Amino acid sequence: MNAVMAIIRRDLLLAMRRKSEVLTALFFFIIVVSLFPLGIGPETALLRKIAPGILWVAALLATMLGLARLFAPDHADGTLEQMVLAPAPLGLLVTGKIIAHWITTGLPLVLLAPVLGIQFDLDTGALGILVVALLLGTPLLSLIGAIGAALTLGLRGGGVLLSLLVLPLYVPALIFGAGAVEAHISGLGAGGHLSLLAALLALAVFFAPWATTAALRIALE
Amino acid sequence: MSNNKIINWFKYASPQSFYPVAGRMIPWFWGLAAIFFVVGLYISFFVAPTDFQQGEGYRIIFIHVPAAWMSMFIYLVMAFWAGLGLALNTRLSSMMAQALAPTGAIMAFLSLWTGAWWGKPMWGAWWVWDARLTSALILFFLYIGFIALQAAIDDARRADKAGAILALVGVVNVPIIYFSVKWWNTLHQGASVSLTKAPSMATTMLWGMLIMALAFWMYSIAVALTRVRAIILEREAHTEWVKELPEVKQ
Repeated sequence: MNAVMAIIRRDLLLAMRRKSEVLTALFFFIIVVSLFPLGIGPETALLRKIAPGILWVAALLATMLGLARLFAPDHADGTLEQMVLAPAPLGLLVTGKIIAHWITTGLPLVLLAPVLGIQFDLDTGALGILVVALLLGTPLLSLIGAIGAALTLGLRGGGVLLSLLVLPLYVPALIFGAGAVEAHISGLGAGGHLSLLAALLALAVFFAPWATTAALRIALE
Repeated sequence: MSNNKIINWFKYASPQSFYPVAGRMIPWFWGLAAIFFVVGLYISFFVAPTDFQQGEGYRIIFIHVPAAWMSMFIYLVMAFWAGLGLALNTRLSSMMAQALAPTGAIMAFLSLWTGAWWGKPMWGAWWVWDARLTSALILFFLYIGFIALQAAIDDARRADKAGAILALVGVVNVPIIYFSVKWWNTLHQGASVSLTKAPSMATTMLWGMLIMALAFWMYSIAVALTRVRAIILEREAHTEWVKELPEVKQ
């Protein structure tokens, strides 16, 4: 457990030293969300309807931005090889890195989403559901994305390839995440969607670090 | 005596001994594919009756349904070979997975394309966001991702293993994606056109479809074997036995 905490602390410290990377993804999220009303038009009823989908798609894309750098710097300076050799299991260290990735890219999106939701005229209840859905969904995005990041480590055109691999796998998270808010707005109740999202998260917490570890070992062979 | 009857399957796990076997099998599968195609197409165009609701346009399902079946089936087979290659470290298994991917992608594309042709006269739209269509589209993306990942890695062994992990992750995800899209669809549109509610098919139509499915199946095997032979030649080009092959010597 100490190893996990050490990795998280280290990655957060590195992120704080290079704030621009974190802030770039965050502002990307804000800008993408703000572009949609400009493209679609300012009708409040329409914007309210499409808000959950837009916020979620923007969150998917913003998470993608940071993924390429999840393992690449450590791979470049040899830290990753030291992690493989470390006495602590690689799976735990990878989990620590994924948690740190979520804290730096996922959590800010969760905190910022209600503010952007107000721009789309979502009511308080819908904003609450949006935050809960993102809170369950963004760790899922980091976990699935880590598999893709490990598979494309050190490849040419890795960034574009990464989105090609990972975005189709994000479909269930998008459907249940945006669906939860829409179900709440239409009066169906968001419970079912949120439960499914939580189930997917539980599944990913178990399997994703394992698959990521296997992919990293292959990349470092 | 009984020992002689057991085929040593692992013997054919080596590219060297599989290469000639595949070469001998390919004409048979091409032949079977041709026979099934001729019979299947004859049934589809001349024997199967005109559908009283859908007219002659329904006949595209004789291509569409087998292609859709094969696109899903090939993904499973591909993931099976890829997983086997990862677990047992057999090169040939990974080569099989690599050889199957383009055929699977073509089948997925074919099912989407013919689906659009069928949808325009029947539903009045080239595309609807139906659960089956959407999950077929995502399956197509998964194939493209697999092919792109393997193409991006220069080292063949790393490409095999990375592709295997992606294929296995995809296999876990395909049912999740299918059901999520299904529930998403029912929540969004309510009453959509459903193939499952279609009236039960005439027997000749079903036979036509099954024979066409067999034809597609044989075709896929023949193409995959041809491709795996090419992959073997490419990857084993440095070995003596490849240099000794008459087709290489020429």
